[in-house]
Amino acid sequence: MRSDPGLYEYWPYENRPKIAWPGDARVAFWVAPNIEFYELDPAVNPHRSAWPKPVPDVHGYATRDYGNRVGHMRLMQLLDKYGVRGSISLSTALCDHHPEIIAMCRERDWEFFSHGIYNTRYVYGMSEQQERTVIEEAMATILKHTEKPCAGYLAPALTHTEQTLDLFAEAGGIYTCDLFHDDQPTPVTVRSGKKFISVPYSLEMNDTIVYVVNKIEPRRYGEMIKANFDRLYAEGADNPVVMCVPLHAYQVAHPHRMKAFEEALEYITGHSEVWVTTGREIAEHYIEHHYNAAVADIAARGTGQGGAA
Amino acid sequence: MSLDDDYLRYARRGYGMDHDLYDWSMLADRSPVTWPGNKPLALWVNIALQYFPLDQRGQPFAPPGGMVTAYPDLRHYTLRDYGNRVGVFRIFQALDRFGVTASVAMNARLAERAPYLLRRVVERDHELLCHGWDMDTPHFGGQDESAERDVVARSLAVLRDATERPVLGWLSPGKSQSANTPQLLVEHGVEFMCDWINDDLPFPFRTPSGELIALPLSTELEDRFIILQNGHSEMEWAEQIVDSCDFLIAEAEASNSGRLLALNVHPWMLGQPHRIRALEHVLAHITGTQKAWSAGPAEIVAHWRAAQS
Repeated sequence: MRSDPGLYEYWPYENRPKIAWPGDARVAFWVAPNIEFYELDPAVNPHRSAWPKPVPDVHGYATRDYGNRVGHMRLMQLLDKYGVRGSISLSTALCDHHPEIIAMCRERDWEFFSHGIYNTRYVYGMSEQQERTVIEEAMATILKHTEKPCAGYLAPALTHTEQTLDLFAEAGGIYTCDLFHDDQPTPVTVRSGKKFISVPYSLEMNDTIVYVVNKIEPRRYGEMIKANFDRLYAEGADNPVVMCVPLHAYQVAHPHRMKAFEEALEYITGHSEVWVTTGREIAEHYIEHHYNAAVADIAARGTGQGGAA
Repeated sequence: MSLDDDYLRYARRGYGMDHDLYDWSMLADRSPVTWPGNKPLALWVNIALQYFPLDQRGQPFAPPGGMVTAYPDLRHYTLRDYGNRVGVFRIFQALDRFGVTASVAMNARLAERAPYLLRRVVERDHELLCHGWDMDTPHFGGQDESAERDVVARSLAVLRDATERPVLGWLSPGKSQSANTPQLLVEHGVEFMCDWINDDLPFPFRTPSGELIALPLSTELEDRFIILQNGHSEMEWAEQIVDSCDFLIAEAEASNSGRLLALNVHPWMLGQPHRIRALEHVLAHITGTQKAWSAGPAEIVAHWRAAQS
């Protein structure tokens, strides 16, 4: 084990090289619906059990299934209304289970990135070769079903090994959503030396963290999103930033939660200097225009701790 | 020692669900449902009448709302008992004031202990659902089948014998089930169960002994879930129900298909003097829309069924 993940160096928020988003936007805003499949009776991983109750955990399973049967369609209609293309964090087995959902996302030109195969399969205890196999298989599934290569990664159920991001970069990925250390994209050190970055994804704005972990009232969640945006929009006038709202249709798309989220979405998309975009577009833009300057600045400032290979 | 390679195999990966219990289907694709009077919303209020034994075993898990302190937990025992002595009569009055129909799901052991309460439920003509034996007798994965069969048979027999009425609906304590629960319910004449909360409308559910209907009784909207588990105030519960009502009516009108608002209320929670106004506020709002059809679950299932042919 390491005391530092070795993925990035200390790089203070102030006095960084300026980012320029398309249209001179202050905030690159993206919405990341998680489209997940949880298995009723998954293979057992000795390091983590999939369900708190003995199988069948009707409540846990049905809670997630609600998103697929009811929620995604609702959320899609809402995002359509405000011109937001989703960046889907996808349990790739869902391409086989529920191709209708994939087809609706493709019609909307949404982005698909990898969230593993099932959200009930964890990488804990895997050999490097086993983890490489599941990472590559998930990316191949996205390419097969969407005809576009997978660019981004959010580890299934946020389970990682020390090699996870190395393996994902080697398989052709360019960005990760697994790190929560910044409000701007940052370079991530991978052993291959490839250009690989973190795109801010936010656990604080994540509906599951808000509703399940922090047990927040729906209307207050709407206010939190607006407050988060207001501050980033103000700061983005000096140096542009990223704001992400990660969602789960099985949480946010319940009838009692839609209105508050809609108000927040309407508020954000009602601002002019916002680039409403996807994770891939942010990553590609940053790597093309800002990655080298960021790496040079980190080296020049000599503030680095950690991340050195 | 890495995981067995079997962990990278996915036996149920394929079209539809990863089990045979029900078919994969999105709410938005269903045939439209029409409620009486062409109302967009069916309102189903269910009163959960529960008995929490003082000598709670909590095996294999404790019931939601159960005993907390070391034995004897007089505090939680009597707080729950309050609902059956006092709170339920406040809820009856609120329902009557707004002309709202409600079903009652009752633990059989409570019916035995409080025959007066059961008589009042019957006199008031509430549809009676079986809520299992008591809150400390969960149905759970791995439960011995003959033991569970005995619980199902005994619970239904107590309610049917005492009321000389058919009891067609079932709500498991804590909404937990074993893999055998649905089949045992079918074999004992149950026509619909309310434990699966993965949808906003009823859907058919398969068992080796025949079909029954899953009628989802929302957990996310329960007073117990919002007020006790999430720690929101009673008026925040009311806000969430109001938002839910308004959203479902709008969705029903936009999609030309009826929707269901299913409210499970606990007299030990909303029946407190300071909380009852939240229920009254909710009932005033829903009935004030003039767009809700208030009905018992058997009638709702019957109307839903009529729309399926």
